[in-house]
Amino acid sequence: MSRIQNTFKRLKGEGRKALVPFITAGDPHPSSTVPLMHALVEGVADILEIGVPFSDPMSDGQVIQRASERALRHGTSLRDILSMVEEFRKKDDSTPVVLMGYANPFEAMGYSSFSAQAKRVGVDGVLTVDCPPEEAEEMLESFAREEISPIFLLSPTTTEERIAKVAKYASGYVYYVSLKGVTGATHLDFGDVGNRVAKIREQIDLPVCIGFGIRDGKTAKAAAMIADGVVIGSRIVQEIEQSEAQSAAEKVALFLRSIRTAIDA
Amino acid sequence: MYDFPDSRGHFGPYGGIFVGETLIQPIEELRIAYESCRNDPEFRKEFEHDLKHYVGRPSPIYHARRWSEHLGGAQIYLKREDLNHTGAHKINNTIGQAILARRMGKNRVIAETGAGQHGVATATVAARFGMECVVYMGAEDVKRQAPNVYRMKLLGATVVPVESGSKTLKDAMNEAMRDWVTNVERTFYIIGTAAGPHPYPMMVRDFQCVIGREAKSQMLELCGRQPDRLIAAVGGGSNAIGLFYPYLEEESVKMTGVEAAGDGIQTGRHAAPLCAGRPGVLHGNRTYLMQDENGQISDTHSISAGLDYPGVGPEHAWLKDTGRVEYAAATDAEALAAFHALCRFEGIIPALESSHALAHAAKIAPQMAKDRILLVNLSGRGDKDINTVAEHSGISLR
Repeated sequence: MSRIQNTFKRLKGEGRKALVPFITAGDPHPSSTVPLMHALVEGVADILEIGVPFSDPMSDGQVIQRASERALRHGTSLRDILSMVEEFRKKDDSTPVVLMGYANPFEAMGYSSFSAQAKRVGVDGVLTVDCPPEEAEEMLESFAREEISPIFLLSPTTTEERIAKVAKYASGYVYYVSLKGVTGATHLDFGDVGNRVAKIREQIDLPVCIGFGIRDGKTAKAAAMIADGVVIGSRIVQEIEQSEAQSAAEKVALFLRSIRTAIDA
Repeated sequence: MYDFPDSRGHFGPYGGIFVGETLIQPIEELRIAYESCRNDPEFRKEFEHDLKHYVGRPSPIYHARRWSEHLGGAQIYLKREDLNHTGAHKINNTIGQAILARRMGKNRVIAETGAGQHGVATATVAARFGMECVVYMGAEDVKRQAPNVYRMKLLGATVVPVESGSKTLKDAMNEAMRDWVTNVERTFYIIGTAAGPHPYPMMVRDFQCVIGREAKSQMLELCGRQPDRLIAAVGGGSNAIGLFYPYLEEESVKMTGVEAAGDGIQTGRHAAPLCAGRPGVLHGNRTYLMQDENGQISDTHSISAGLDYPGVGPEHAWLKDTGRVEYAAATDAEALAAFHALCRFEGIIPALESSHALAHAAKIAPQMAKDRILLVNLSGRGDKDINTVAEHSGISLR
């Protein structure tokens, strides 16, 4: 059983929901990423989503774009990120790590070479936001060969027909983008989100995580009532942006604990 | 027979639909709406009516006789897209997309712009159709192209300077995509070049290929034959594909797309993905890109804001690989020399974008016999560029 499956199984047994924080690798500095990952786990994260910075993050809002720019200023590459995961795995062999980014850095490395190395260092899943299943044939073959879960997004505009298509390829979990717009946006209508997630569950037998627009304990709790997990990205990246480099890990862990408390309440 | 793209927008390995999940359904709606318009005689009629009465088509073909004589070789003919309403080929496409937007019931249009020509062309049709218009423009370009910024404002558009990334065309496109994904119900994104997710590359080509269709009949009338070679500047590639596409099956007609070599290809400071880049994924399609070894998009450089883009339309990527079209590049200095030459020999101030195509013509014409014919797409006029050119000559107009 994969780390992702194990995690959701454990959570189900405990009657809890997954807390999935996102940080951009290399932000604010490549040396801060592994300590941050450990801090997130101590702050009670269940799965880590690690952003692969890209020069043109067109699905992201300004917060994550700035994080990408900071990371790229230090030249953080996909290869560097694989080394970070390798380093993280020396102390943590159970927390799933999912890389999230745009197709081009993966294409540039080559899906086959990337997948082999990703498996070796202990990457569990990959989400490429701008590569829908229709264009993902080569990527999916490489991931399947190395047992890396392709994580797909579903959105308020996804039709039922398309949910069925994504169901064929997705593994690990699916990520429901709870609103139209980019990361870091606001205004969430949880009634609508609930209906949508119910539709997804009719066709996809995988855990559903909700992200985009989760900013605090209240929105996290509302999302956790509906889904199997809650993704928090921009809000954490903002916390890192506003902290001194030395205290970022501590502040992020503190913030995440407050979310954990809200979700578990 | 040349029959691209396929039903999912692929030109061989290029093109496709590489967007976040939220945009998949809106793009599908666009594809369906465009397919139905494409085969609708009413749509064609309205489009052609506007091209004639609003744009002023057909645009003439002009024999640049004095310049050709000076160069001492092939005869250079110019397809005068600079004489269109708003001063460039861009309006052909914005009219097509605005009619489509209205049919889809969208009352807000957005656009990205580099040199400002596409922004002006979009603001123009939005004013005429009574639509709200927001144009995203790199902050760097807002500075370089002040007259066009004011033109857009006069036409009632909101111009949003984009401060992220390299503050040029690619960043404006990122920002326009973000707007679109957020306001997708009532917003139509008018992409200005033959790039982006399917159906944009095909749709923009279809609207722009009025250039090549006209040229085919005009050349017959004027010279009794087709040109030996077509030459057009390539940034995203919409004016070039508009001229080339109707000629693709005319085997005797050779074609050259001219990219921006900036300070020179060897310096790395250029905007020539077809000449010096490699395939990758950006802005919704797979195509040749300027990128580093890690797949990050490189900063580009060109004196021409409209060519200052790290990607290129996917159909050009395919035409390069198949060898049907040759791709070359002209430096800033070569483009400027051609700019001045056309001013002085022909009394025409060309856009800096088009000056790259002129520069290539100036390079090859002297080696050709005098009865050979080059047809250059003069895609826009250069009024917008006079500040840039003056600055380059050390002259201040402020």
